[in-house]
Amino acid sequence: MSEIVVQKENGTVKKNLTIKNILSKFAPLIGLVLLVVVLTVLSDRFLTVNNVMNIARQSSINSLLAIGMLLPILTAGIDLSVGSVLAISVMLMGVTTVNMGSNPFIGILVCLGVGSGFGWFNGILLTKLRLPHPFISTLGTMNIARGIALIITAAAPIAGFPYMIQFMGREFVGPIPVSFILVIAVYVIFHIFLTRTQTGRYIYAIGGNPEAARLSGINVDRVLIIVYTISGLMAGLAGLVMVGRVNSAFPLAGLSYELDAIAAVIIGGASFLGGVGTVWGTLIGALIIAVLRNGLNLLNVSADFQMTIIGAVIIAAVYVDVLRQRKNKKK
Amino acid sequence: MDVETKSLLEIRGIKKSFDQNHVLKGIDFDVKAGEVHVLLGENGAGKSTLIKILTGAYQKDAGEIYWEGRMVDLNTPVDAMNIGIATIYQELNLIPQLKVYENIFLGRELKRSGKRSLLDHNAMHEEAKRCLKMLGQNPNIADMQVSRLGIGQQQLVEVAKALALDAKLIIMDEPTSSLSAQEVDQLYKCVESLKAKGIAIVFISHRLEEIRRLGDRITILRDGFKIDTLQVRTTETDYWIELMVGRSLDEKFPKQNFTLGKEGFRVEGLEVEGTQEPVEFSVRYGEIIGISGLVGAGRTELARAIFGADSSKNGKIFIDGKEVKIKSPRDAINSGIAFITEDRKGEGLLLDQKLDFNIVMANMKKFTGKSRLIDLNAIREESENYINELKVRPNNLELNARNLSGGNQQKIVIAKWLCTQAKVFIFDEPTRGIDVGAKVEVYRLMNRLVENGAIVIMISSELPEILGMCDRVLVMSEGKFTANFKIEDASQEKIMKAATGG
Repeated sequence: MSEIVVQKENGTVKKNLTIKNILSKFAPLIGLVLLVVVLTVLSDRFLTVNNVMNIARQSSINSLLAIGMLLPILTAGIDLSVGSVLAISVMLMGVTTVNMGSNPFIGILVCLGVGSGFGWFNGILLTKLRLPHPFISTLGTMNIARGIALIITAAAPIAGFPYMIQFMGREFVGPIPVSFILVIAVYVIFHIFLTRTQTGRYIYAIGGNPEAARLSGINVDRVLIIVYTISGLMAGLAGLVMVGRVNSAFPLAGLSYELDAIAAVIIGGASFLGGVGTVWGTLIGALIIAVLRNGLNLLNVSADFQMTIIGAVIIAAVYVDVLRQRKNKKK
Repeated sequence: MDVETKSLLEIRGIKKSFDQNHVLKGIDFDVKAGEVHVLLGENGAGKSTLIKILTGAYQKDAGEIYWEGRMVDLNTPVDAMNIGIATIYQELNLIPQLKVYENIFLGRELKRSGKRSLLDHNAMHEEAKRCLKMLGQNPNIADMQVSRLGIGQQQLVEVAKALALDAKLIIMDEPTSSLSAQEVDQLYKCVESLKAKGIAIVFISHRLEEIRRLGDRITILRDGFKIDTLQVRTTETDYWIELMVGRSLDEKFPKQNFTLGKEGFRVEGLEVEGTQEPVEFSVRYGEIIGISGLVGAGRTELARAIFGADSSKNGKIFIDGKEVKIKSPRDAINSGIAFITEDRKGEGLLLDQKLDFNIVMANMKKFTGKSRLIDLNAIREESENYINELKVRPNNLELNARNLSGGNQQKIVIAKWLCTQAKVFIFDEPTRGIDVGAKVEVYRLMNRLVENGAIVIMISSELPEILGMCDRVLVMSEGKFTANFKIEDASQEKIMKAATGG
């Protein structure tokens, strides 16, 4: 046991650098590494440049939704609407660019704008209408957005997007997919946002104790509206990447994607009770899901089994977290 | 008390550690039937851990527990309950949506004879009424929903629950800390009637007067050791404190007098929630103003109204003669007002965030540069200064607020407000639940604030503290100021009289 004890005047400062502590702190990362090792042993097609880039590409949509989802979860909330908001965003982008032939940049703006708009609406429902929990408001929005997405084209898909719009989801820089570069850039920005800006820190404060935050002069409603707007924006961005990959927009796009996004955030160590969670944990959570899916595909495990295994991973990850917290409480 | 009475509960050599942290280092202690045995110790002395071992929430590492002379193991809370130990925690464990009698029988509901699945509401009702009567309560509250009762009555429901369990020993963990004076009186009466029925009580309190009034014996803990067990009647309060803190405190109230300056803070025509008449008062530089009164008299509501914490009402607030508009806590902070709330955990701290974030969260602007990014080094440096200045222990910024004792948590809340560079400090029950040593440090800090030109207002239910630290005391009753005493003219009796509206 390596334990550093620093003696200061009256107080004793203890830093536990025991192996156990390190293990529990980096549990998600260790899980990912173990998973990679196991899959490398089981399949010689797993650890190849091609396949790794494949995983990077496959994970990007969920990674973007998950980082958006992290914010509501940090405030002890949730955003169930992201999958549907993704769909309505890409459908309206399709209508403007394909059906109306607008400039692709306007299409991208519409896509991100619609996403943000629905997110903002979620924020307003929560803070101004004072609906009791975002589970309810975003459940409503989820259905509204999906419904509109279906109504717009009478459930028909829209194909044939201009190259500019497909760029993000389709192109590569060398072997690296642009969508993954986008993910990394977005995660860096989120990391800086959450750790180094006032609003970012306020998100943690509100999740930890909304009343203390309010009495410390934090405009809680404003921060919550920003949180849900950003979550919606990320749904729009994920939609943009998706359109690039499949070269079409369809009303059932992103169906139940919110569940994988929530799973990534939770596997990444964020607490449903708010105030706890990191950007890098979320990335690892999203990668764990992508690696698992990819590896199971390579091993020819059927989709039904995959679902079962991912469910078990979510429960196991959260249980590790519960154990970790129980240990902290006892101290 | 008959010294020869056999002990109901006796423990010997109890030890308990968490990781490397030895919390209890061999405690001996005993309680006799019909006795009120007080546990006294600073925050962190080991009281809570000891209690949790007696209630089966924690397991001892070493030592023996005897109940009515037989050795017992208390592995779970149910074990403790079954032999007759009940606990009333500071945080009440009632379900507000259920009725009083349902709470009293929660988890061990009475069934109708012969029908194992149907509840016998009548029997539970009658039994609940009997227990409430024993406590001198109106038995008809058995039918009320708990959420409609005041905190004091809720606590008595907890006691009734213990009685319904046939508890022989009731542990009360700071039961009076959030009660009004009337409720406290009721609780005292209830304790006395329990005692008369031969029920033993382990009583934890920081309030020395109440220990003197209720206690038979007192056991003092310090740093995980039992220092001594004394007869309450034959020993001096100062001696208890000396044993508790390990040194003699020169002064419980280190009052300093400063020359009185001009008026610095004024409230006019402020409409406070739940009151009929608008309130006004003013404070001059160089004085500490106390606001006293019963719980529920509107003191906290007044502070919240000044601070903009509740939806805005009419009224004017002046700082240095200039009116400031306050519609929200943000406005209040920008105007230089700080509000150290009564409920540290619920309204003051982010328990699962590090100390430095807790300290700077009300003034992040200060650490945000032109780039819109916050300067983490500056935050750390400034937080370290506060932690050293206020002697927070342990002085480790990496800890989460949850890991500190009550007194140190209070210092973090105070540091948060010092960090806002406030000019007006409203303290709401600043020393509740913190030990004598930390109290004195809070008082000294108030002195320093006044000396450095701040306005200090202290809301407190502790009359000795009001009389010991303030220059002037305003008394509130039912939302109105009923008295304004210079401290030389005030006494506990006069304040209580004004507080009860008499």
